[in-house]
Amino acid sequence: MKEGTLNGRDGYREPSHISTGQVGLWLFLAVATMLFAALLSAYIVRMGQSDWHPFPKPGLLWFNTGVLLLSSVSLRWASSALRQGNQKRAQLGFVAGTTLSVLFLIGQIWSWSVLQQLGYFLNTNPSSSFFYVLTAIHGLHLLGGLIVALWAARNTERLRLFVMYWHFLTIVWVVLLGLIVLT
Amino acid sequence: MHATVTFTVLILIVVGAVVLVASGIWWLTPLASNWGDIDAALLITLAVIGIAFVVLNLFLAYVVWRYRHREQGRAHFWPDDTRLEKLLIGITALGIVVLLAPGLFVYSKFIQPPQDAMVIEVLGEQWRWSYRYPGPDGKLGRANPKLISPKNLFGVDLTDPAAQDDVLSYSELHLPVNQPVLLEIRAKDVLHSFFIPNFRAKMDAVPGMVTRYWFTPTVEGKFQAVCAELCGIGHHRMQSPVISERPENFQQWLAKQPTVAATVKP
Amino acid sequence: MPHDGPQSFWTKYIFSQDHKTIAIQYTITALLVGLFGLVLSWLLRAQLGFPGSFQFLNPGSYYQILTQHGMIMIVYMLTAILLGGFGNYLIPLMVGARDMAFPFLNMLSYWVYFLSVIVLMAAFLVPGGPTGAGWTLYPPLSALPNAAPGSGWGIKLMLISLVIFIAAATMGGLNYVTTVLQFRTRGMTLMRMPLSVWGIFIASVMALLAFPVLFVGGVMLLLDNVLGTSFFIPAVTLFGQQLPREGGNPLLFQHLFWYFGHPEVYIVVLPAMGIASDLISTHARKPIFGYTAMVIALAAIATIGFIVWAHHMFVSGMNPYFGFFFAVSTLIIAIPSAVKVYNWLLTLWKGNIHFTVPMLFGIGWISTFIIGGLTGLPLGNVIADVPLHDTYFVVGHFHLVMGVAALMAIFGGIYHWFPKVTGRMLNETLGKLHFWVTFVGSYMIFFPMFLMGIVGVPRRYFDFNVLQYLPPQTGGLNLFITIAALTVGVAQLLFLGNLIWSAMKGKRADANPWRAATLEWQTPATPPAHGNWGEQVPTVHRWAYDYSVPGAAQDFIPQNVARTSDPSPVAHPQERGAQRAG
Repeated sequence: MKEGTLNGRDGYREPSHISTGQVGLWLFLAVATMLFAALLSAYIVRMGQSDWHPFPKPGLLWFNTGVLLLSSVSLRWASSALRQGNQKRAQLGFVAGTTLSVLFLIGQIWSWSVLQQLGYFLNTNPSSSFFYVLTAIHGLHLLGGLIVALWAARNTERLRLFVMYWHFLTIVWVVLLGLIVLT
Repeated sequence: MHATVTFTVLILIVVGAVVLVASGIWWLTPLASNWGDIDAALLITLAVIGIAFVVLNLFLAYVVWRYRHREQGRAHFWPDDTRLEKLLIGITALGIVVLLAPGLFVYSKFIQPPQDAMVIEVLGEQWRWSYRYPGPDGKLGRANPKLISPKNLFGVDLTDPAAQDDVLSYSELHLPVNQPVLLEIRAKDVLHSFFIPNFRAKMDAVPGMVTRYWFTPTVEGKFQAVCAELCGIGHHRMQSPVISERPENFQQWLAKQPTVAATVKP
Repeated sequence: MPHDGPQSFWTKYIFSQDHKTIAIQYTITALLVGLFGLVLSWLLRAQLGFPGSFQFLNPGSYYQILTQHGMIMIVYMLTAILLGGFGNYLIPLMVGARDMAFPFLNMLSYWVYFLSVIVLMAAFLVPGGPTGAGWTLYPPLSALPNAAPGSGWGIKLMLISLVIFIAAATMGGLNYVTTVLQFRTRGMTLMRMPLSVWGIFIASVMALLAFPVLFVGGVMLLLDNVLGTSFFIPAVTLFGQQLPREGGNPLLFQHLFWYFGHPEVYIVVLPAMGIASDLISTHARKPIFGYTAMVIALAAIATIGFIVWAHHMFVSGMNPYFGFFFAVSTLIIAIPSAVKVYNWLLTLWKGNIHFTVPMLFGIGWISTFIIGGLTGLPLGNVIADVPLHDTYFVVGHFHLVMGVAALMAIFGGIYHWFPKVTGRMLNETLGKLHFWVTFVGSYMIFFPMFLMGIVGVPRRYFDFNVLQYLPPQTGGLNLFITIAALTVGVAQLLFLGNLIWSAMKGKRADANPWRAATLEWQTPATPPAHGNWGEQVPTVHRWAYDYSVPGAAQDFIPQNVARTSDPSPVAHPQERGAQRAG
């Protein structure tokens, strides 16, 4: 592992195929999982109170979900292309993936304005409060990922980790969407 | 020199702690309810931890003095002893069972109020306690926090027939002695906690829900309810007299208090 | 050597990515924040010892000071100094790494922590002052306008500061855990790591899993406060006014808070346990007794520590049947905790105890952890908690177990590692004075509180005037506690003075003044240079506790000394199986 020496470790290393970056990412995914698990438990507890009124779900959410899934797929494609040394395809996949992610974020913000036009604001009902909070926290995780995207673009290992993070956020979104739509 | 000092100080701490406890100046207030069992469970627990505190600290004192550094001294290389560890774990587990088993037994009684308990509502707000008694029908009328207003301080639902005869007390809690009581506790604004030290029990008052506990006053007299959950700048002043009296005196007092029908206007 | 190269003042001292510099930055900041928290506690004691004597101490300011004292000490002092300070300094040096896994993130962690402290302190300057809703920040009190002091800007800054702190703690935690997993040097197996590293490692895992839950609770509370959502706020009437809230559940916040809050206790206590273990073993010249059991106990406490949180809520109004479960899980934790106490005592047994300042603090740790830990049992035994909950018994308990005991380990650790950090010894006479005043004084402050709690004195009272059931001597007792608290406070100033004076003028230290076996004492330079190990990182051949090995020339064998030079085959208990001796 080249980064190892850079980060202050040289000499012997226990035989292991897990890179330091991967360990760090897994730990961060554990942190994020706790965060979303806490939000979801709060959601489920709060849902049980009598004042919970469902709000109309903008159809846009389904479109957004499709966009996010596509972005995950294209980044995956970019990552395997980079591993095979196909710079051009990797670049294409990367640009497509990040663009689709930005599109997803725009779509999410749009869905907020759709809801506000329908009269559902952050403080209207706990169901809408949770919708805004869940989408905002999920969106911030994506935004944070996009900020480091350029740093990850040209390095096989970094791009692999980046894509893993993206898959994680896609799965989280699908779970959140399921809960939001069902309640 | 330091070994002796350490030894002496540890011994003095143990002696000082024991003397302070034994002086009896600060101890449980006189019990005035049926919860002698809570006292018993508490005292068993305190006895177990008290013994552990004394034994462990005396052992520590002995060890630091006995095995202080000496010229040419060398420690004994003794990294492990699984049998000894298992023995110590066994003793600890036993101690914990001794204090936990009776505790859980008493707790199960504490959370199961008897059928014949008289229900009284306790309402906490910044920074006082008020009370609502069921009238002759023996039932408290429904209440709804949304109905609270200057004319309806309890938020009583006037459409409930059971509510009309409810009796209100804005200052004191009167209780008939030897009658089991179930408190239904509400809060108007923030968290409070209704605590009567002589009765041993307490429970938080939580806006949006009703919390409960029960007891039987067994001693006539005047006691004090205080607030045990931080509730703002008046927290330390939030208290109320609690009077445990003969049933006939209680009935006389109750008859003089205002009813919902007489005082609450929609 | 990857680390050589020109360094400017800024990259060497301010935005340094060297774990040792970051550790010092964390420690100094946390100590200053702790000094501030200490002064706040003097004000609290001034009111309780001399009620009504100070104009500026009214119920409002008292509850603000109380809240800030609690939050500052638990989060911004104890957590920061143990993980950010000790964790940063010790992990790479003790596992034989050149630095942390992610040095840039590590630097960022400190500066984000620094920012959280600035935001925290800013609350003292804004209109209305800092929040006075109690460090637990229970809604509705914390969320509603004007319900508590500091309910305007104060609570907002508090929550924002916490969210920033959580970001810092997460960056730090990722580093500590990854470094332990990935950067151990050749031969440094997990079961050869010193217990300090084990304690910090497990506490960091706990922090990574617990802080996100506080983050969620904090964000929701902030929205309830700022935007009028009803996550935690039911229909309430405040000062005769109905507020437009409905349906929220105050207990939901308590669950989120304590799901973080109880692990937080162990986030502080586990590193302290590890540090105390190393102090006791080194200065008693004896291997830590039952190393494997100590590691298992740390892991057990951490695991069970995630399923005991609702013992803080026995009388909160939650489903009373939960009480059975949480009482049992809580008291089970007493077993691994007790194992640790026995093993510290058995480490001293037949030892060769040098009464150095770190050893004294190690002894102080054992004694205060015993009283602090034991008094947790009545609070965990659900029915005994009913009369004791939210009384001074609780105040005595948590101050002793996670305040005083943790500080005993922290102080002991500072006296122990100061020579490595600065190359100079701390003044021993001042150190001993510091220890005795702190140790005896802490008993004087907190032991009487158990008795006040048994009487039924509620905590968080501005004064005790309305309580009619107090013995008449209680005023005198409070005065006594206040005098003890101020005396202990002065001793801490002495300690800070000692730190500053000794860092500049202290006696020069050897590379290994305590003749310790762990790796950090075997660095080629003292203080260790950037990169820690010179040309070659050390290779580890044995566990961290080869003290007084029979037949060995010296009473310690460093971890990087090869096994072949052992005079005796008995050196590594893990490899030759547990040895029984009498």
